[in-house]
Amino acid sequence: MTKSRRLKLRVFRVVVLLLMGAFFLMPVGAMLEFSTRGTDVTSPRTLDAWLRIAQTPGLVKGIVTSLQLAVITSLGMLALLLPTMVWVRLRLPRISRIVEFICLLPLTVPAIALVVGLKPLYVWININVTPSVLALAFAYLILVLPYSYRSLDAGLAAIDLKTLSEAARSLGAGWGTVMLRIVIPNMPSAILNASLLSVALVLGEYTVANLLNFQNLQVEVAYVGLTDAPTSTAVAVGALLLAFVLLMVLALVGGRLQQQHYVPGQRA
Amino acid sequence: MDVQTTRQRAGVEVRLEELSRRYGPVTALDGLNLTMAPGELVALLGPSGCGKTTALRLVAGLEEANSGRVVFGNKDVTGLPASKRDVGMVFQAYSLFPHMTAMQNVAFGLTLRHKTANERRQRAGTMLELVGLSGFADRYAHQLSGGQQQRVALARALAIEPTVLLLDEPLSALDAKVRSRLRDEIRRVQLEVGITTLFVTHDQEEALAIADRVGVMQSGHLEQLAPPTVVYSRPATPFVAEFVGLTNRMPGVVKDRVVDVRGAKLPLVQNDVPDGPVTALVRPEAVSLVTDGASEGPLVGTVIAVAFLGATSRVTVDLGGMTVLAQMPTSQASEHPAGTRVRLTLRPDPVLIQREEASPAGA
Repeated sequence: MTKSRRLKLRVFRVVVLLLMGAFFLMPVGAMLEFSTRGTDVTSPRTLDAWLRIAQTPGLVKGIVTSLQLAVITSLGMLALLLPTMVWVRLRLPRISRIVEFICLLPLTVPAIALVVGLKPLYVWININVTPSVLALAFAYLILVLPYSYRSLDAGLAAIDLKTLSEAARSLGAGWGTVMLRIVIPNMPSAILNASLLSVALVLGEYTVANLLNFQNLQVEVAYVGLTDAPTSTAVAVGALLLAFVLLMVLALVGGRLQQQHYVPGQRA
Repeated sequence: MDVQTTRQRAGVEVRLEELSRRYGPVTALDGLNLTMAPGELVALLGPSGCGKTTALRLVAGLEEANSGRVVFGNKDVTGLPASKRDVGMVFQAYSLFPHMTAMQNVAFGLTLRHKTANERRQRAGTMLELVGLSGFADRYAHQLSGGQQQRVALARALAIEPTVLLLDEPLSALDAKVRSRLRDEIRRVQLEVGITTLFVTHDQEEALAIADRVGVMQSGHLEQLAPPTVVYSRPATPFVAEFVGLTNRMPGVVKDRVVDVRGAKLPLVQNDVPDGPVTALVRPEAVSLVTDGASEGPLVGTVIAVAFLGATSRVTVDLGGMTVLAQMPTSQASEHPAGTRVRLTLRPDPVLIQREEASPAGA
């Protein structure tokens, strides 16, 4: 590659990066600006809206609920999806397409259709199991399947799952040990990715919770927004920043783990 | 087998009895019977799809047999899962756990057996020393070469003091030089530990070089199980003769338990061969060349190619409608450059024959 071509490519990359950055940061900046606005245009900047978050019980409850839901959904997704995908890859590869189709199906189902289907089930759950908002995790588990599946699938494809699991079993490991000590430690980035996507989706979810009459963070934000727009905007910015921080942590931790141990496909 | 009688045997007898495995309509293994003496190294050799890897995986417990038994010593392990079989296995693909160092890999099986940290460290250290990698204990798999990874895998398999060692084409991913060195090292370690070992390979040189006995497989069954020299010099079937080493297929006629190949009289391996036309399977090293000025005769031909193989060379001779390979020391082969008229002499070793009507023509 010639020097001028390299320079052009570099300029192109910087321009694309700046445009994308502006595309993502401008709305966040605007929200931040709005949430710190005073009562009129001449008033100085104020953090009143941010401070009111803690004084709004509904919002605090919504934040706690959504964080709990995010944790439950992520763990539930990993507990359900990871062993299933490993088992399908090792023992039932012929049904892998079917599993993939099922996992990607929620992408094509509109939230309203999903709610119509889930409503009778949730009536039964509310009466017979629990009326807790945490039961929403069941619906969220379905919603996060497509994103988590893709991430975990990429992670599993990067390791020689069959050989590694057979090697571990020949050394005396049962299936539980194979999962916990061989599979999971060899795909930290994929697991972190899948978890983060689940967390991000749960923190931003509004439609299903609202239609099923549950109060999560986004439902509370929308509700507060009716009477106090700056505070609800502050919460929305906070949720976005949280997702951003999680992404950064993921990139750092994932990168460090790969540097420490191995880079898939690389040999001495 | 002589080597074994002089060494200490720590292994146990391993028996595969009437072992069968089917995949739908395909029979991968068809009633395999194989008894391995304690401390013996048996190599299963055969083309792709002959069932050798299936046999090894059944012994490992990684596949379930449709029928038959696997017995270690006096213990029937047929129904046991892989994790309870107490076998050590080295795989064809690199199988070190990428997130662990060489030392942690070797110690993994010991951790599962609840050995103390001190015991684990000591045993793993000894095993790495055994395979000559004690200086690489802290390296991860990606920091080791292919040969080093397979040596660590061997150390890991032996660290748990398994009843049986299973080697599933462990050298096939390595380059020729490393392969030959590691092959000798595997044999050295196996003799040192004295463990009963089943070695699966499609490389005849590998099998013949390190095994006490070689089992040649075809279509899910053993064609022959014998020491390497016997498999090579006295193949039990035409398949073995053709699969192990190169073979010239020369038309001849059997009469009174001797086959006449263009005037050369050769004894037969088989006993009950009716008189009549056959194809004799003659090893290239049983063919020698003479330059005596003869221009005509049933075994006189023209050298058309000389392939240099190092210490030996392979000479291709055109006998008119049939080519014959002769293998000899390079110094002798150099006396017969391409274009030379030569006369072939066939060493009167017992040869295997195929009925002519069942065999394709030509060498």
